[in-house]
Amino acid sequence: MSPFAVTAPVPTSTWYLVLGAVLFGIGAVGVLVRRNPLVLLMSIELMLNAVNLSFVALSRRLGSIDGQTAVFFILVVAAAEVVVGLGIIVAILRRRPGATADDLSELRG
Amino acid sequence: LQLLVFIAATVMVIAGAIGVVVRSRAVHAALSLVLTLFGVAVHFVAMEAHFLAAVQVIVYAGAIVVLILFVIMLLGVDRAENLEVEPLPIQRPLAAFVGLAIVALLTAAIFAARDSGPLQVGVGIDVEVAESSAADVAPRVTSDANIKQLSRNLFGDQVFAFELTGVLLVVAVAGTVVLTRRQRRSEEKV
Repeated sequence: MSPFAVTAPVPTSTWYLVLGAVLFGIGAVGVLVRRNPLVLLMSIELMLNAVNLSFVALSRRLGSIDGQTAVFFILVVAAAEVVVGLGIIVAILRRRPGATADDLSELRG
Repeated sequence: LQLLVFIAATVMVIAGAIGVVVRSRAVHAALSLVLTLFGVAVHFVAMEAHFLAAVQVIVYAGAIVVLILFVIMLLGVDRAENLEVEPLPIQRPLAAFVGLAIVALLTAAIFAARDSGPLQVGVGIDVEVAESSAADVAPRVTSDANIKQLSRNLFGDQVFAFELTGVLLVVAVAGTVVLTRRQRRSEEKV
């Protein structure tokens, strides 16, 4: 241990959980405010990362590896989600350049 | 030192996240996202999840952000979005309120859960003590114990879910190919 660890407080899993909550809140605001579909996708990535951070923190607190396995699956699902989401966005933006999230109401049947 | 790493990585994460939300150009938002993802990877290293940190950098910062940037370049949608326009006048304050409410609620839940005590490890012990004693006793033995543990769980207990992720990825790739191809064909018809 470095001498810093004795004097300075060591970050506990609670700190990481609070950071995850803040990150999730920022991502949620991004989803609610922004209209560019690409930025919406990025904000969803932010929220997924917040959840990943919480999973790893709790996995460390409980001394179990299951949380990290869950993070691995979240990573895979996020990759698949981005691939499909970008495919949809490409398909929409080819037809209507500069479409925003509001224009997607056209998708109604 | 741990505190310094935590503060630096947290600054990276928060600055990148705010950048994603407030930057008007999509390219800038994507680059801010890279900053956030690297910050989260640093946090993973600090929590001794080495494998996940590597995967985070490779998959997120390597693959997903490159894919997003590729789409931005391909479609040429990198116009500065006018953020002053508010189509719904009440939306922004409401969104800020909802975001703050989410943060407050989650933080309150975290502290309530902490005060009610840790779940399994060391009932009655303070969380910090329980954490330093119970967390990562085994992974500290060797440097690659984290990967070994994770792989044992992944290919042992969770092997069926692991196979299903393979199916999911194949379906996602096939679905994307179909999505983008059908569009091109209908454009040719029109």
